[in-house]
Amino acid sequence: MEPFRFVKAQDNLAAIRAAGINQAKFIAGGTNMLDLMKLNIETPKQVVDINKLSLYKIEELQNGGIRIGALVKNSDLSYNPYIIKNFPVLSEALLSGASPQLRNMATTGGNLMQRTRCPYFYNTDFACNKRVPGSGCAAITGYNRMNAILGTSDKCIATHPSDMCVAMAALGAIIHVQGPKGSRAIPFADFHLLPGQTPHIEHNLKQDELITHVEIPALPFAVKSYYLKVRDRASYEFALASAAVALDIQNGTINGARVALGGVGTKPWRSLEAERALIGAPANAQTYRTAANAALAEAKPHKDNAFKIELAKRTLVRALTTVEGMS
Amino acid sequence: MEEKDKENNGSSGGTTRRQFLGQVGLAGAGLQLAPLLAKATGILPDNEALPIEPITVNIMINGSQKTLTIDTRVTLLDALREKLMMTGTKKGCDHGQCGACTVLVDGRRINSCLHLAAMCEGSEVTTIEGLAKGDDLHPMQAAFLKHDGFQCGYCTPGQICSAVGLVKEGRAKTDAEIRELMSGNICRCGAYQNILAAIKEVQNA
Amino acid sequence: MNESLGKPIDRVDGRLKVTGGATYAAEYKIKNLAYGAPVLSTITKGRVKNIDIQQAEKMPGVIGVMTSENCMMLHTPSGSDPGSGKFAEKDLLPLQNDRVLYGGQYIAVVVAETAEQAEQAAATIKVTYDEQKPVVGFEANFSTAYQPGSGLGGAKTQEKRGDADAAMQSAAFTTDETYTTPVYSHNAMEPHATIAEWNGDKLTVYDATQSVMGVQGLLSNILGIPKENTQVYALYIGGGFGSKGFTWANTLLAPMAAKQFNRPVKIELKRQQVFSAAGRRTQTQQKIGLGAGVDGKLTSIKHDTISETSFVDEFVETAGVATSMIYSSPNVEVKHSLVRLNRGTPCPMRAPGESVGMYALEVAMDEMANKLKMDPVQFRITNHSDMDEQKKKQFSSKYLKECYQRGAEAIGWSNRSAEPGMTKQGNLLVGYGVATATYPANRSASSAKATLFADGHAEILCGTQDIGTGTYTVMTQVAADAFGLPVDQVKVKLGDSSYPKGAQSGGSQVSASVGPPIRAAALGAVSKVVKMAIADEKSPLYGKKEEDIVVNSGRIQFKDHSNTSESFTDVLRRKGLDKVEAQAKTNVSTRQQQDAAPAPDGSPEAKIEAESKTNAAVQADEKTDRKDYVFHSFGAQFAKVLVDPDLGTIRVEKIASVMDIGTVMNLKTATNQIMGGILFGMGMALMEETKYDPNNGRIVTRDLAQYLVPVHADIPEIDVQFIEKPDPFISPIGARGIGEIGVTGMAAAIANAIYNATGKRVRDLPITPDKLIA
Repeated sequence: MEPFRFVKAQDNLAAIRAAGINQAKFIAGGTNMLDLMKLNIETPKQVVDINKLSLYKIEELQNGGIRIGALVKNSDLSYNPYIIKNFPVLSEALLSGASPQLRNMATTGGNLMQRTRCPYFYNTDFACNKRVPGSGCAAITGYNRMNAILGTSDKCIATHPSDMCVAMAALGAIIHVQGPKGSRAIPFADFHLLPGQTPHIEHNLKQDELITHVEIPALPFAVKSYYLKVRDRASYEFALASAAVALDIQNGTINGARVALGGVGTKPWRSLEAERALIGAPANAQTYRTAANAALAEAKPHKDNAFKIELAKRTLVRALTTVEGMS
Repeated sequence: MEEKDKENNGSSGGTTRRQFLGQVGLAGAGLQLAPLLAKATGILPDNEALPIEPITVNIMINGSQKTLTIDTRVTLLDALREKLMMTGTKKGCDHGQCGACTVLVDGRRINSCLHLAAMCEGSEVTTIEGLAKGDDLHPMQAAFLKHDGFQCGYCTPGQICSAVGLVKEGRAKTDAEIRELMSGNICRCGAYQNILAAIKEVQNA
Repeated sequence: MNESLGKPIDRVDGRLKVTGGATYAAEYKIKNLAYGAPVLSTITKGRVKNIDIQQAEKMPGVIGVMTSENCMMLHTPSGSDPGSGKFAEKDLLPLQNDRVLYGGQYIAVVVAETAEQAEQAAATIKVTYDEQKPVVGFEANFSTAYQPGSGLGGAKTQEKRGDADAAMQSAAFTTDETYTTPVYSHNAMEPHATIAEWNGDKLTVYDATQSVMGVQGLLSNILGIPKENTQVYALYIGGGFGSKGFTWANTLLAPMAAKQFNRPVKIELKRQQVFSAAGRRTQTQQKIGLGAGVDGKLTSIKHDTISETSFVDEFVETAGVATSMIYSSPNVEVKHSLVRLNRGTPCPMRAPGESVGMYALEVAMDEMANKLKMDPVQFRITNHSDMDEQKKKQFSSKYLKECYQRGAEAIGWSNRSAEPGMTKQGNLLVGYGVATATYPANRSASSAKATLFADGHAEILCGTQDIGTGTYTVMTQVAADAFGLPVDQVKVKLGDSSYPKGAQSGGSQVSASVGPPIRAAALGAVSKVVKMAIADEKSPLYGKKEEDIVVNSGRIQFKDHSNTSESFTDVLRRKGLDKVEAQAKTNVSTRQQQDAAPAPDGSPEAKIEAESKTNAAVQADEKTDRKDYVFHSFGAQFAKVLVDPDLGTIRVEKIASVMDIGTVMNLKTATNQIMGGILFGMGMALMEETKYDPNNGRIVTRDLAQYLVPVHADIPEIDVQFIEKPDPFISPIGARGIGEIGVTGMAAAIANAIYNATGKRVRDLPITPDKLIA
């Protein structure tokens, strides 16, 4: 690990100021930041501890939405009664990720900033355009079973690892950030970036912008929502494929739908294609399969991960079927 | 190793604590002009040119106050094992992937390998060494012993701290829930069934 | 008298382990300790052109950088002394030259005041290489396969009886399939670690090892120092599973660096480094051909294994080693060949040979049972071997048929549908599978020292170690019974190379090897006390015959007259002695090729041998005629699985495992050991796999997030049972080893259950969801 200066911020403005210098990074839970620092993948010169900031609240909004402080721990968010009742998909996604210890550490804001688990990104002995721009991508011709099939480029096929983000993508969350010049809101879909030719630029956040909270807008039909994660072992593993879905079914017809996929995309993968295929269609197996086909239509497999196309489709169909059954 | 050696091990350069504080103070004075920072009580040295210095932290560990002056890079796990010579907490992977380093911080179970010691200022840390009361084992320790919830013993302190955290959380009612919520602690020897029995005994007591 | 043996007592080291008080290799408090951080090769093959250490040497806290340019020269280990341990890579002593033969090979070690400083400096070291094209890819190099000499413990790698090819031609039913297993990594929870400290020319090493005696021998050999100046400790070891059986470079580098920089040095591997620098199980391809008659009797078995090894040592995974003895068949042919790849050297991993070999054979047996439309349990019973038909010897004891029967009951075998894919539980497919488990019952020469103290407690010293298996506990039970004392009056000390030489923790041999000399030494000490008493006019036992004296709860008494007795304490105090000691060595090996040679004259071993000549227990044990027997443990393992047919996810719902391992010394520790083997089998079957980059041959999956081992949520209900019939020939205790057999049938039982659930036969481990939905 490279040496760094450790500073503790007492309020948002101080944190933002401290993050403004060259090579400064925030640390909250530390579960991914410290992990990457130990491997010399993150090498901040100044680490700004933001755990003293007052960003721990979960507030129910008048309109039925919810406002989640950036420092709310994954465990606290997952067990929040309002979330469990109104946005079960978010609770389930959180509980499917990592372990109880990590969920006790990891924060909402940190989870948004989680970086890929591509083994080539994680090993400085290999080429990786995300880690060292222009060095090449060892995964494309290497072992890529866990890599992405959606949103890839010729520079990067790294999967976005978060479960929470998949649920938030489906729920259309809004990310609120604060910078030296004030605050702004970023729609979830615009927060994470596709790798394109610049896989090292992963999100729409400036160096000195601090995530303050995440808003989940009201979505009454999300009371019937579900997160399904498929993996090689029963727990404590990243997804081979996952699906976050919510359905509004009235008299056998789908009036509203939210679909996002995990484990397959280079970013948390909201599928508007699948949603379009669902809305207005009868709630049945054929519709779900059509939606799944639409969601994966643009999928591009590599040597070891072609299975993910069919697996993601089946995962989505199963998730949709499960939500249909929640009546 | 004597107490004195430990402190020497903990600091990377020759700077004394007094010099260190002096430098921080100087930086703080320079920052007072910045209106954004007017409210900041912890002074932030935001000058890139400032040297990187060891940090002093006060941590309550198993009820006893410890003051450490350490390299900022030292994790809570390494502070315990290498600086305080409290080796009960184990290092299995150093990346939050095995749970051997589990301790309780302010009552919650966490992976101490992914937690900087510098972040523990004012925290209360409970390690495996802090569970027993004198010769009386903590009920979870006694149950692990009775049900043979281990073989090599290396994951055991983490398993026990995690199990204590789990019982306190009170969310695991069924066998399946206990198994799921203990999945952050890998036991390569395969004593899981006995660990389950131990936890159930404590829960039902 | 067996007061203690067989009782499920709590582990005697348990209290230390649950309180964090057990001290592992990296945890010793050493004054002035420095930290070593390895620099590993980032190419797969070539030569080191230059190592730029200038920047690193100037960094804060750095004491020095050890490279091939400046480090001490090592002596090539001699293979003649079987007690010298095995250095895992005999042609790659660390830092001795500029050759790079695999990715992740040691290039340098940075030593600094703190671990953080050492690691940071190590990361700055720039190594330039002359890179050469490495040999990568297992299957791609089959054309270079060659036949090796012998395997572990001298095991034959080519075996033949009858004419297997001809018998295949004429068989009514045949199967001929190829099974593949990936590289597996042990991943003991404690990463390999060594602390070395020199005091003049005396070396003390704290090592994570499965053999303190082996490490002592090797260090003495390779560093060129006398054994008596080489002290090795391994009081507690955080699991080994074979990875700490051979000695790896960390154990040499720590003393080398400590000498070079005149500081005690600790080298503790990172988990990522363990993957490349501390062993693994080899990749295999196994072709199994079976021929059977309409009666279901096997007429031919062919087992052809290709595995891989490195360019720096030859390790043969003897996958076919059990194939020649496990079933009855007049025609058998077992072959092994090896290819060399630029990878770190493989080594034993829990049941080397049988783990992967029995997987392939037992899946092939399932395939044949299906062809024959025979119940797989019945098919195995039909082909039960009543003797080792290859060696033409009897089994020392064998209750395998009972294992099948009890296991079938435990799993609910009668609920199994012979037709695959027919049973459902909700939306999930249900399947049942069975496989036979077996592992040799090894025993080797071992010694121990027993001391009875005048205060009434006793102590055993033995240079073996407890890697988590329960050796401290079961040996306390053995010794307590022999001393005639309660277990809390007996202290067993292990993990110290200054003790009489005990077995290494490998090959499931510790209990069978060190139990008898511990028992004999304890009996020897008691006998000395008895002899004192009966020769002492002041003793109530004066004049009695030794054979008429029995021992109970620290007292010696005339048989049938419990009032005619006195305590050990009384005898010793009257003699003015504070203790009486006895040593014993049992020179027994179940592997004829490994019979130990007599110890050199004047050596500590020779003294123990001499004393053992008058030890009745040793003499009786050594006189047992074992020549006509082969020693194996057996078992039957069953799995019930649930498979989601759409998602391909597999849930093992129940495991039943019935083991014939001779005497069960402690039901608690024995059950735990079998559960451990089952866990390894589950991981092997369902998730574990070390992947190498297809282009440059370096390890890609090198942490516990990418290399998956079973977690708590994967674990089913596990029913472990034992036959509990003592082996009459292996030793007076009757216990065979137990560490490895638990894995040997498990992967196949699960694979067979998945086939029974789905009708899909996946012959390439691990069986992951992608393979089931393909």
